[in-house]
Amino acid sequence: MSESGGGKPAFRVRAAEAVVAAVFFALGAIVIFDSARLGFGWREDGPQPGYFPFYIGAIICVSALINFGLALAVAGEKNGVFVEAGQLKLVLAVLVPSAVYVGLIGWIGIYVASAAFVAFFMRWLGKYVWWKVAAVSIGNSVVFFLIFEVWFKIPLPKGPLEAVLRLN
Amino acid sequence: MDEIQSLLQGFAIVLTLKNVALMFTGIVLGVIIGVLPGLGGANGVAILLPLTFSMAQAPGGTTSAIILLSCIYWGALFGGAITSILFNIPGEPWSVATTFDGYPLAQKGRAGEALTAAFTSSFVGALVAVIVITFLSPIVAGFALEFGPPEFFSVYLLTFCAFIGMSKEPPFKTLATMMLGFALAAVGTDPVTGTLRLTFGSTHLLTGFDFLIAVIGLFGIGEILLTLEEGLAFKGAQAKMNMKVVIETWKELPKYWLTSIRSSVVGCFMGIVPGGATPASFMSYGVARRFSKDGDKFGTGMVEGVVAPETAAHAAGTAALLPMLTLGVPGSPTAAVLLGGLLIWGLQPGPLLFVEQKDFVWGLIASMYLGNIVGLIVVLTCVPLFAAILRVPFSVIAPIIIVICAIGAYTVHNSIFDVWMMLVFGVAGYVFKKLQYPLAPLVLAIVLGDRAESSFRQAMLISQGDMTVFFSNSLVGSLTGLALFLLFWPLLSLLLARLRARY
Repeated sequence: MSESGGGKPAFRVRAAEAVVAAVFFALGAIVIFDSARLGFGWREDGPQPGYFPFYIGAIICVSALINFGLALAVAGEKNGVFVEAGQLKLVLAVLVPSAVYVGLIGWIGIYVASAAFVAFFMRWLGKYVWWKVAAVSIGNSVVFFLIFEVWFKIPLPKGPLEAVLRLN
Repeated sequence: MDEIQSLLQGFAIVLTLKNVALMFTGIVLGVIIGVLPGLGGANGVAILLPLTFSMAQAPGGTTSAIILLSCIYWGALFGGAITSILFNIPGEPWSVATTFDGYPLAQKGRAGEALTAAFTSSFVGALVAVIVITFLSPIVAGFALEFGPPEFFSVYLLTFCAFIGMSKEPPFKTLATMMLGFALAAVGTDPVTGTLRLTFGSTHLLTGFDFLIAVIGLFGIGEILLTLEEGLAFKGAQAKMNMKVVIETWKELPKYWLTSIRSSVVGCFMGIVPGGATPASFMSYGVARRFSKDGDKFGTGMVEGVVAPETAAHAAGTAALLPMLTLGVPGSPTAAVLLGGLLIWGLQPGPLLFVEQKDFVWGLIASMYLGNIVGLIVVLTCVPLFAAILRVPFSVIAPIIIVICAIGAYTVHNSIFDVWMMLVFGVAGYVFKKLQYPLAPLVLAIVLGDRAESSFRQAMLISQGDMTVFFSNSLVGSLTGLALFLLFWPLLSLLLARLRARY
């Protein structure tokens, strides 16, 4: 985390630390809540199912509170840039298409979705000419098809295209 | 010398055409995985684990499967050095310390020398660790045969307390991620009573969170996102490798024998006590700088500054398999993934492995000797080839790596929900890394959570809820005592520093 980039900060460290600590607290609270439902005490045959998770949740909450306190104490020099606006844009530029990609897998199958995903990246971020884009993206999916379906006989999700080509 | 005889038997198992071919495949794949950003030892092995499911069912297949996976691990350990030295990008966290002197050497045009030194000292470190494993693990396993639930729980406790005491990250962040791991492990069916926990009616959560998904997301997707921040292009030094450079460097290396020994000791120790390869490499770099007569020149391109972290990282990475095999407690995330593999193949890691699965254990140990020799040969001869991989632009390699991760996550349980979870873990990994929340304890807690809980509850059943069972005899007492000492070590060292400052 260097300041030398000089980009505009999207988030500072203190905010990021506080948010993460809060998320941890919420998760810990969920664990405690469900353990309480299951019972965290002792019955005649031993500890109840919630016994162990209850204490886990409690430790998460306590350490989250401490981390939250430490986060608020971050100030001045130490409250540097968590992520610059430019960096965040790049990260989102990968993350959002990745989410779309995962959404597509169930729909059109992993091979077509992967080809589209690789093609999108090469064209959009790499600015490659179309024939290179097509060669790499389709070639990539064909290689994976051979490895998984043909050699290792591990079926991956397939969609309408494979149905048309009778590759199912 | 029973060990020597068992080892020779192991060599006999390993030296078949199929197993040697798998060894080469594993090493080459491993180096590629180690070189690529976003793919590392832990998630590389995790992604390829489903491919071994059918392999492991054949007779003797588990040995072949573990040879393939462990060789990927050795390859990844070697591969990390290539990117650190040539590109100043540590491909693996344990190669960060290698960049300090490795990259300056490469900039001076001495990349070949740096790489040879790195590979050779990796080899030396691994060799020392394998020798330690050969002779120490039967003893540890024999010892552990006597363990009951309280002893096992205290070993788990020791493992997790060691993370808090030894990691460089803030202790409460370590504690938070570790407990999150335990919580994730608790999701699904309660191992003792069979009650559903933390599923909130979701059918996806019935089987709980698989640690393989967490590993692929945290280390794979998280790493890709981090790499992206640095921009889209890698600029690297050229490596000229030929026999002359290699031999020249080898002539020079014996000078650093003392550094090698020190680093191997640090590495083996940190690997067995779950500190892991990363702190081992930093620690050994620091120790070497303090003891070297050229200590003040460290960081400007000293061969010794490459030897120290590489020896220690490889020694630790290898030694991490010792507690995994003998106690069922992995010392590093990659060892945890290998342990997961053993469980999936139907083997029960722990002391009984040395009694019931002799062929498997000694085959694996023999393959460690051979695998590292094969690895050294492969990397010394093929560096330019591997370095060329990093010259492929990021806009091509990044989506392909994400696709590989997605396929890897899907094949674990044939579930698209897992692929979504992988993305969630990826974002978590990215944020955790940036805020110094350590990932290794999280992964280890997911792997060991159920077993730690079972041994805790069994111990509690035996003692009727009396906590003093963890101090009931000298063995369990000293394990628990050591664990508590490590747990409070951050506090103790703070107090000591205060006292020292005052007087």
